[in-house]
This record gives sequence, structure tokens and C-alpha cells, in this order.
Amino acid sequence: MSMPKSLFDKLWERHVVVGETPDAPAVLYIDLHLVHEVTSPQAFAVLDGRGLKVRRPDNTFATLDHSTPTLPANAKGELPFSTPGARRQVETLIANCEKHGIELLGLGDPRRGIVHVIGPELGLTQPGKTVVCGDSHTSTHGAFGALAFGIGTTEVGHVLATQCVLQRKPKSMRVIFDGALSPGVGAKDMALAMIAEIGADGGQGYAIEFAGETVRALSMEGRMTLCNMSIEAGARFGMIAPDETTFDWVKGRDFAPSGEAWAAALAKWRGLATEERAEFAKEVRIDASTIRPMITYGVSPDAAAPVCANAPAPRTAAEKHAADYMKLDAGRPFTEQEVNRVFIGSCTNSRLSDLREAAAVMRGRHVDEGVVALVVPGSEAVKRAAEAEGLDAVFVAAGAEWREPGCSMCIAMNGDAGAPGELVVSTSNRNFIGRQGKGVRTVLASPATAAASAIAGRIADPRPFLCDMKEDA
Amino acid sequence: MAFEPFKTLVSRTVVLAQDNIDTDQIIPARFLTTTSRDGLGQSVFYDWRFDEAGRPKRPSLFNDYNPDTHKILVAGSNFGCGSSREHAPWALYGFGFRAVISSDIADIFKSNALKNGLLPVEVDQTAHAQLLTTPDAEIAVDLEKLTVTLGEADIAHFEVEAFARQCLLNGVDPLGYLLKQTREIAAYEAKTA
Ligand code: SF4
Repeated sequence: MSMPKSLFDKLWERHVVVGETPDAPAVLYIDLHLVHEVTSPQAFAVLDGRGLKVRRPDNTFATLDHSTPTLPANAKGELPFSTPGARRQVETLIANCEKHGIELLGLGDPRRGIVHVIGPELGLTQPGKTVVCGDSHTSTHGAFGALAFGIGTTEVGHVLATQCVLQRKPKSMRVIFDGALSPGVGAKDMALAMIAEIGADGGQGYAIEFAGETVRALSMEGRMTLCNMSIEAGARFGMIAPDETTFDWVKGRDFAPSGEAWAAALAKWRGLATEERAEFAKEVRIDASTIRPMITYGVSPDAAAPVCANAPAPRTAAEKHAADYMKLDAGRPFTEQEVNRVFIGSCTNSRLSDLREAAAVMRGRHVDEGVVALVVPGSEAVKRAAEAEGLDAVFVAAGAEWREPGCSMCIAMNGDAGAPGELVVSTSNRNFIGRQGKGVRTVLASPATAAASAIAGRIADPRPFLCDMKEDA
Repeated sequence: MAFEPFKTLVSRTVVLAQDNIDTDQIIPARFLTTTSRDGLGQSVFYDWRFDEAGRPKRPSLFNDYNPDTHKILVAGSNFGCGSSREHAPWALYGFGFRAVISSDIADIFKSNALKNGLLPVEVDQTAHAQLLTTPDAEIAVDLEKLTVTLGEADIAHFEVEAFARQCLLNGVDPLGYLLKQTREIAAYEAKTA
């Protein structure tokens, strides 16, 4: 009898070109390579330096998101790039794609967007595929039952030249969520609760499979949010077995198989799920029914707590260092701490459902006068869909800014940033010191919590806002 | 790739005891708008080294130590967590570092560092504590014997993925190896097409 296999085992096995030995890692084949402007120029330069070609331009797709402005072009059609360097990166990617015959979803393309939003949106991301990108949140695509992971620029070069990476198989870990989520609690809260539990390095060296009834009940958007945050627990890979929710989502998208190919793909995809009794090196169970809306209060994503709690007093030197930076008053409720800026966006939470969640809180209300709120859709398609249902009008009426798609304040390298000392409630994924601008204090939260905080002018629990909505209805 | 073979490194240490030093600390995102890998060394730990006006902070470990004599960074646990940006090891290497020692180093950072001549060394808690509390110590990191030596004593043994180690010892990069697998890759493509 062969050993029962996990989703991860199957994905791995199917992509091994040359097996792993004590002397060398496996040569792993990559089905989909996503490229953006920040981590690719040096890789293309290596290719050019060695006179190499891109092996599979047909499996490579590029977009512009990281250093791309989210403010519209001026009357002359010029985009407001934050620095000449940012403009040069964008121009370099355009030139590299042209030269190597890579499809670029570039400026003005209706399909452009954040790399981890557009892959799934276009149906490029599919169950069973290997997906890489020079960005650590590539784990997002694992939500489809894909083997997706972030790589460095040298590896971007490897994939361009050979369509392969060298990789040793990591250990596997399963995180099981059971129980129903309470109203006002979503995938972002699940992710933060998990990271708080296992630590920012709890997944280090592991590929995580998320399982359990709570995960099964999540929408694809929610699953992407959860897998997106795997890396914040130190795991390069996060994945969820594909099921009907997955297939429904993929079906009919631009690059999804159709006709007979669809039926064949479906048959293959149905066989991917983890078999019973498959073994995991580590297993964690989380009771999802106890999760409340979560925020972070430190400078590492595992410093997370329910929004209704009090800011804790630091115990260790590291916590003291974080507390000195964050300047939240220890012992005081989080909900009394003043907010200066709110960012709703990033590959973690910029999809249509995220924007709906934020809009449900903001509808008919106004952003506190002390707060600047920025809403940045994840892609041109998300932007169009949101505008079609009037979400942009809700945000604008509430006093928030509605921007062009991009990474924006998640990484703050396109000019969108907080000012030193500001407290920013953000739906992105990293609360590192200076991540959202020099001296900026980041509090990570769900779209509902971020929207509620914008309205309240303080860190806020979204649940009362959502209850009001029900009463109104 | 342009890095020297790595065999034994004898140098002094710079100690940053803080845990969870992420890639945004190592190289803030605003320095990523570059299309080259050169020149990043000047921006390494920028916000730790320079004040608002861009003046070097003093005292500051990096500004007070000479990169020619202090090529080993000893850091708190979970070093290099966060982004996949290879700019982080490029910046550390560019500044003069050739090895980073911690109790655990983030996966992507480790993989990136190994490809760029910067040796990530994970040591046990005891050796880690000893190194953290002995700043400015002269130590030897031996990639052939896989040992860290302080004074006369081997204080730690470490592991490096075998393939990456060979690449480092010989100063070669793995792309050449991958390119040699072209026939297998083509066969895989034919089989799965
Ligand atoms: S939104 Fe943030 S995490 Fe996502 S791809 Fe952009 S920079 Fe990376």
C-alpha cells in the first residue's frame, strides 16, 4: 500500500523534473510565472548578460503594480510617478516584455492590477498548477489548490531561463479551522488569529494546508486572504484543496479551460484533495467560533489581539521595542486609540468582496475629520465591478479617496505613504516598522474593521456598525 | 554571478540583538526603485543609520564599525522575515557583510542570501546567546567544516543546504546547473503537454 498523500505531496510530485538528492534540490517545473516591475529588472539583466532567452514566454505574464501610481494621469497623459526610479522600473519592464515576447498587462490595459489579484481573476491561476512570482505573497494563489510560492530575483532569472526552480521539499503542516465564524468576523481575522497563535515564524520551513469546515465555508476571496497571510507566519506555501467553490470561481474566466478541456481539467482537479490519514509534520487546530475581529498592535504580524481588548503591557525586550514604536497606551482599550489614516487595499484585501465589506460599514456615514482614508481596488476589473454597483460613490460620499489599482500603501513605494508618527489602520499584510512610510505605525485589520476605524477616528470594532445596518434594513 | 568563493571567513561581529528584523528594516521599500543590484549597500538599514535630515546617526553600530573588519552580522531570531526582496542580501553584501548569524533565519531570505555570496548561519540557542552577548568578537565561520569558532573553541556547528554550499565554496551560481537540465526539462514538457 502506498502512503496516503496530501494535496501538497500531489502538487509537488507532479512537478518534479529531476528528483531531489542529498547533493541537489529538486528541479521543479513552473506552470505560471508572474512578473512585476520591482523584482524583475536584475533578472532580465542576467538573461541578457548571458545571451539567454525566456524559455516559456507563453507561461509568463507581467503586470505593473508596485511602484505604479494610483493617481490618474494629468491632462498631458503623464502618470505621477513618485521618483524617476519608479518610472524607470516601469519602463524597464515594458521594454523587457517587448523584447522577450511576454504578455504585459500594462498601463491602460483593462486587465492590469496587483499581481496576486489578476492571476486568479483572469483564470491564469488554476488548481494543480505551480505558480511563482518575485513576491512573497504569491502564496495567495494556493487558495486554488495550486503550489504557489514567492521567489527571489535570482530565481526569477532561473524561471525565465529554464521555467524551473531548485527547491527542496519543505515539511508539511495542517491548520484546521472548525466552527462557524461570528458575524463581522472574516478570513483576515482568521489569519491574524492563527499567526498570533503559532507565531511569525511558526510556519517557517513548512508548507501549510488550511483545512476544516470553516475554510470550506469561505468564499474564494476569503481563501485567498487566508493563504496570502501564510508568509506572515513564516510559511512560503499556503494552500487549500480545490472544491466546488474553487471550480465555480475559475469557470468561464479568460484563461480557464473550456469545453472538453474543462471536463478533463475538472476530473484532474477533483483528485487533488488530501487523502485521509495523510500525515503532517505539524498540526494546529483553531476553534473559529471564538475568533473576534482582530488587529495588530506591534511591529510583527503575530502581535495580534481582538480589537475589543486593551493594549497589552510589553513583557520582553522585543515587545518593549515594539511598544515604544507603536506608542499605544498600555492598559487602555484599543478602541480609544486615535487613528490618522486608513488604507483599504493590497493583495490581502482589495477584491470586490473586501470593498463590499468596507462599503457596508461606510454607507451613509462619514469618515472622521481627523482621518485620511484611501480605498485602492486590487485591479482594473475590481474597480469596474465596484463602480458598477456604486461602491465608489459610497466611499467618496463618506469622504474617502477612491484610487486607481495598485499596491499603494501596502509597500508605500509609489508615493502613497503615511506621514511620520501617523497611526494607520490598514487591510494590508505587514506592520513592520516603516513599511507604510518612515515612522508610520501600522495596525493590520480586516476591511470592516478598517472602515469602522475610519468612521470612528479611533480603532473600532466593526460589529456595532454592521448591527446598525441590519436594524436599518 | 559576481561573488567570491566562500571558504573560511575570519572577521569581527556586529551584533543586532533584536528579534524579527525584517527585510523592510534591512532595506526600506523606497530604495527598491532601482533596476540594478549595485549601490544598495549605501541604503542598508538606512533608517537605523541616518536621521531625518540624512545625517549619519552616532552612535550607530554600522556607522562606527569598519565594514572591512566587521563582515559578520549577528542578529536576533527570525532574521530576514518578510518580503522576498533580494535587495536585502544585495544591500548587506554591498555594505560589506559576508555572513549573518542567527538562531533562525527566514526561508526566502536564506535562499536569496546563499545565491549572493552572503552566508546565512543558523546556530543553536546557546551559541546564539553567547554571540549576542559578545559584540565585536573576532570569530571564524568555516564553510568547509561547518563550524563557528570563537577564540580557540568551536562554539557551534551549522548546516547549509548541500547544493548551495557547493555553489558558495566554488563561487558558482546555480543557473549553470539548471541550464544543464535542459533535456530533462524538455522531456517533462513533452510528457505534460
Ligand atoms: S499589495 Fe503588497 S504584498 Fe501584495 S503584491 Fe503588492 S506590495 Fe506585495
